[in-house]
Amino acid sequence: MQAFDYARVSTVDEAVRLLAARNGDARVLSGGTDLLVALREGRDSAGLVVDVKGVPELMEMFFDRGGGLMLGAAVPCQRMYSDEPIAQAFPGLMDAASLIGGVQVQGRASFGGNLCNASPAADSIPALIVHKATAVIAGPGGRREVPVEEVCVAPGRTQLQPGELLVQLRIPAPEPRFGAAYQRFTPRNEMDIAVVGVGAAVRLNADGDHFEWARIALGAVAPTPLLAAEAGDALAGKAVSEAAIEEAARMAQAAASPITDMSGTAEFRRRLVGVLTRRTLVAAIERARRAGTHWNADLR
Amino acid sequence: MAMKENGHKNGYRVIGTRPIRPDGVDKVTGRAVFGADLHLPGLLYGKVLRSPHAHARILSIDTSAAEALPGVKAVITAADLPQVADKVKSLGESVGNLRYMSENTLAREKALYHGHPIAAVAAENIHVAEEAVNLIEVEYEPLPVVLDGREAMQPGAPILIQGLRTDELGKLGSEPTNVAAHIQHKRGDVEAGFAEADVIIEREFRTETVHQGYIEPQNGVALWNDDGHIHIWCSTQGAFAVRSQISDLLRAPISQVTVTPLEIGGAFGGKINVYLEPLAALLSRKAGHRPVKMTMTRAEVLKASGPTSGSWIRVRMGAKKDGRITAAQAELVYEAGGFPGSPVGAGAGVILAPYRLDNLQIDGYDVLVNRPKASAYRAPGGTNAAYAAEAVADELAEALGMDPIDFRLINAVKEGDRRADGPMLPRIGYIETLQAIKNHPHYRQPLEGPHRGRGVAVGFWFNWGGKSSVSASVNEDGTVNLVEGSTDIGGSRASIAMQLAETLGIAAEDVHPQVVGTDLVGYNDVTGGSRTTYGTGYAVHALGVKLNEIMRELAADLWDVDVEEVRVEGGVFSAGDRSITFKELVAQGSDTPITASAATHPKDAGPAFAVHCVDVEVDPETGKVTILRYTAAQDVGTAIHPSYVEGQIQGAVAQGVGWGLNEEYIYDEEGHLLNASLLDYRMPTAPDLPMIDAVLVEEAPTPGHPFGVRGVGEVSIIPPPAALANAIHRATGVRMTALPMSPSRVMKAMIEH
Ligand SMILES: Cc1cc2nc3c(=O)[nH]c(=O)nc-3n(C[C@H](O)[C@H](O)[C@H](O)COP(=O)(O)OP(=O)(O)OC[C@H]3O[C@@H](n4cnc5c(N)ncnc54)[C@H](O)[C@@H]3O)c2cc1C
Repeated sequence: MQAFDYARVSTVDEAVRLLAARNGDARVLSGGTDLLVALREGRDSAGLVVDVKGVPELMEMFFDRGGGLMLGAAVPCQRMYSDEPIAQAFPGLMDAASLIGGVQVQGRASFGGNLCNASPAADSIPALIVHKATAVIAGPGGRREVPVEEVCVAPGRTQLQPGELLVQLRIPAPEPRFGAAYQRFTPRNEMDIAVVGVGAAVRLNADGDHFEWARIALGAVAPTPLLAAEAGDALAGKAVSEAAIEEAARMAQAAASPITDMSGTAEFRRRLVGVLTRRTLVAAIERARRAGTHWNADLR
Repeated sequence: MAMKENGHKNGYRVIGTRPIRPDGVDKVTGRAVFGADLHLPGLLYGKVLRSPHAHARILSIDTSAAEALPGVKAVITAADLPQVADKVKSLGESVGNLRYMSENTLAREKALYHGHPIAAVAAENIHVAEEAVNLIEVEYEPLPVVLDGREAMQPGAPILIQGLRTDELGKLGSEPTNVAAHIQHKRGDVEAGFAEADVIIEREFRTETVHQGYIEPQNGVALWNDDGHIHIWCSTQGAFAVRSQISDLLRAPISQVTVTPLEIGGAFGGKINVYLEPLAALLSRKAGHRPVKMTMTRAEVLKASGPTSGSWIRVRMGAKKDGRITAAQAELVYEAGGFPGSPVGAGAGVILAPYRLDNLQIDGYDVLVNRPKASAYRAPGGTNAAYAAEAVADELAEALGMDPIDFRLINAVKEGDRRADGPMLPRIGYIETLQAIKNHPHYRQPLEGPHRGRGVAVGFWFNWGGKSSVSASVNEDGTVNLVEGSTDIGGSRASIAMQLAETLGIAAEDVHPQVVGTDLVGYNDVTGGSRTTYGTGYAVHALGVKLNEIMRELAADLWDVDVEEVRVEGGVFSAGDRSITFKELVAQGSDTPITASAATHPKDAGPAFAVHCVDVEVDPETGKVTILRYTAAQDVGTAIHPSYVEGQIQGAVAQGVGWGLNEEYIYDEEGHLLNASLLDYRMPTAPDLPMIDAVLVEEAPTPGHPFGVRGVGEVSIIPPPAALANAIHRATGVRMTALPMSPSRVMKAMIEH
């Protein structure tokens, strides 16, 4: 690892100023579980590392049933799933938060870092996408908000420009009878990279037997995590049935463009997209039906 | 020996109990000093430049830019390493040619694998050293690569070492080749045996290169002093093996080399050969006699320390309807890596060892490929061999409609039988171990549920005695300081101290063991071959007997009787109606200090057998194998410290499961290792393993050992891949003939089935 300058900032403006001044050789440090490893192994280099863990906005979480969840970009996974109300409202996000690395890694790893690292196999991104999450990005020109599915543009690359940083993720409050799940396939049960990851979210009708809408997102089968929009949209209005789920799984498979690498062959990955789409849809439906009862109880 | 009241089995007082290990507190508090923890005044940091090519001629090396970098104190290449002649060198678990060892340390004319050391740098800190390494300019001529053993045997394959000739059953061949050796074991008439058989099964198997996966990377600190004395501190299985390698590779007299072993974070055979130590020594001398520390990164460990061989194995077995095997034949091709020396010899000895055979033929080939030079890995060569043989045995039993344990019982070797590789078997506990599984609640309870299956497999391992030296001094309070030279990798300080305590009739806690370096104790062979609790235990027994003799004389003096009248049993000295304990006798005082030393070389360590049973569930949609239950029975002779024996068995199973299910070196076509990290080289984690039930079979104490110890460290790595393959077959109908049986491969096989 080569020497670099280090700055710990306490405001977003300060971070933007420092980043903008360095012409692309500055890196944002959140949990560091990607960045520090990459710097040590020489896969990335930095002239300046800007530690944002001192910026309150990036380290805070707010949740209310009206406005939804505002998740600071640097909040570690462990804080997310340790927060009862948040964990209960977003089991589909917690699926991802409790999968990343292991206990030690989760004490540092953030969803913001996971997104900005832009790995095609990142576990939080499909989960965020199906939750209709957006990313709040600050830069020299001010702030902008973009859907999470538009943030990654290539393996390891996001649409963030030099000088920009991710401030926050915004996740809409769960609608009534909403359920979501994320699952991945790995040869090992822990400490592994998704061969395929699939997130699914559904909103069911009042009787819980029809889809009002659905979203399906795929990881590790394209250069970036992918919203399989058609597969999800095809479910809207349909009765909840094995056939409908099977059809969605087939469409998700069609949306995937997997490659063969040391984690798995393209053929195996395509197969897993089908398997995991079915399994996550079933899990999401189950959660939606259970959430239905919670919400009814709550509204009384 | 009579059972004593409240005594342990066989009347032992200490053996069979579970005292806290002497090294435990320092290890759990982080105080233990491992290789990388050592810091000396004026320390420099070394780094190795490694070949980016799997096979290339080295045309030139320009180190000038690296030398000019501020903070750099020395740069070395093979030109700094003395030329050494061909000489066969045995290091206990592995044998090698010294010239090849030297060339593996630093490449001379050619790089033979991705990661082969080319040059090394010492600098004021590791960052400067890393930068300097990148400034070394090497001109390579890349050469065609061969990664597969059987391809490397074909005419026209790229030749790795031009001068190599096949050792063909003892005679040297005449043509350049990648086949370093062909060995053979033969008995009876194989074809006649097969003609007698009612059923014959023949299958071919492929296994991949796998690594020991010890937690602590290789490391070493060296100081080549102004007076010519070389001092090495490192994490090793054998300080004396390091001393002799340093002496040979650097052409320094043995008396000028001191090796101090530090705590070791796992080895499993991988820390017998030196990698960094000679480089650190050369750098130290060149840097003005400053100490130099070198440690490998995990990527370096995986790329360039010795893993164990990938292999291709064909097994053919025939049996009569009554289950009797009439003939067996095996062919083993083991990939040695860039230099000769795969464990094919051991594999050939293991492969048919559990079976009583009148007709057999085993052919083994040691073949060079552009992969790192293989080194020992826990029961070297045994696991892949048994994977093939045990899968065929399972299929044979199935074809005959026999229970797999009964099939093995019918054919089991016992005392007086000849092993497939020749030697006569002494008293062993194999049949008792088979019975232990047959009668175990696990095996007796049928496995129910879809996609589930149960597999069994057996394993044999040679074990080894080896040379040990120990010494002890008795303190005024009756405790004993024990000095040994066997590095403690798996709890041997405890098991050795316990055997001395048993011999002296004192508490285990009253023996304080210490592992010391080469200047402070007599010669010791490496900790390997499952030998330490057996061989060094043998030595401390001899030591205890000597101490008891001194103590008898003390008692005789005290009571003014003839020494012959003094008897000793269980730490109590008596003559007539007088008696006194070891501690009381010490408290009486002795005119001369009480010390003794012993050196032993027991030659007939009893071999070990293991019988494993595993239940799996296979996900029919993904091919992922989940282990539901695992029971491992092992012929352990006498379990000195049962917890550590269980630990050895559980650890060996964990490694065998990793080898069976997910571990493999993945190369691209040019021979670059793609998965040189523990994220991508998938050893099992705790959530991947069930509780492993270790069954200790103590019915066959090893003859000739004072406590009947049998080496326990290795044999249980042998059955797991075979047991898993057999279980997967029962669960899915598929016979997996290649390791690892990873989800994608199992899925593919299920689809094709
Ligand atoms: C042992 C281990 C296991 C792992 N297992 C998994 C796993 O199972 N699944 C998985 O998805 N990942 C895994 N990872 C990768 C990593 O932990 C995750 O991607 C994690 O979420 C990254 O978060 P972080 O806060 O540590 O990011 P950092 O390392 O701090 O940053 C990651 C990248 O994003 C940039 N960045 C960070 N914050 C911002 C910001 N606010 N604005 C702009 N850019 C920013 C950084 O400059 C860097 O390039 C693992 C890593 C390790 C070391």
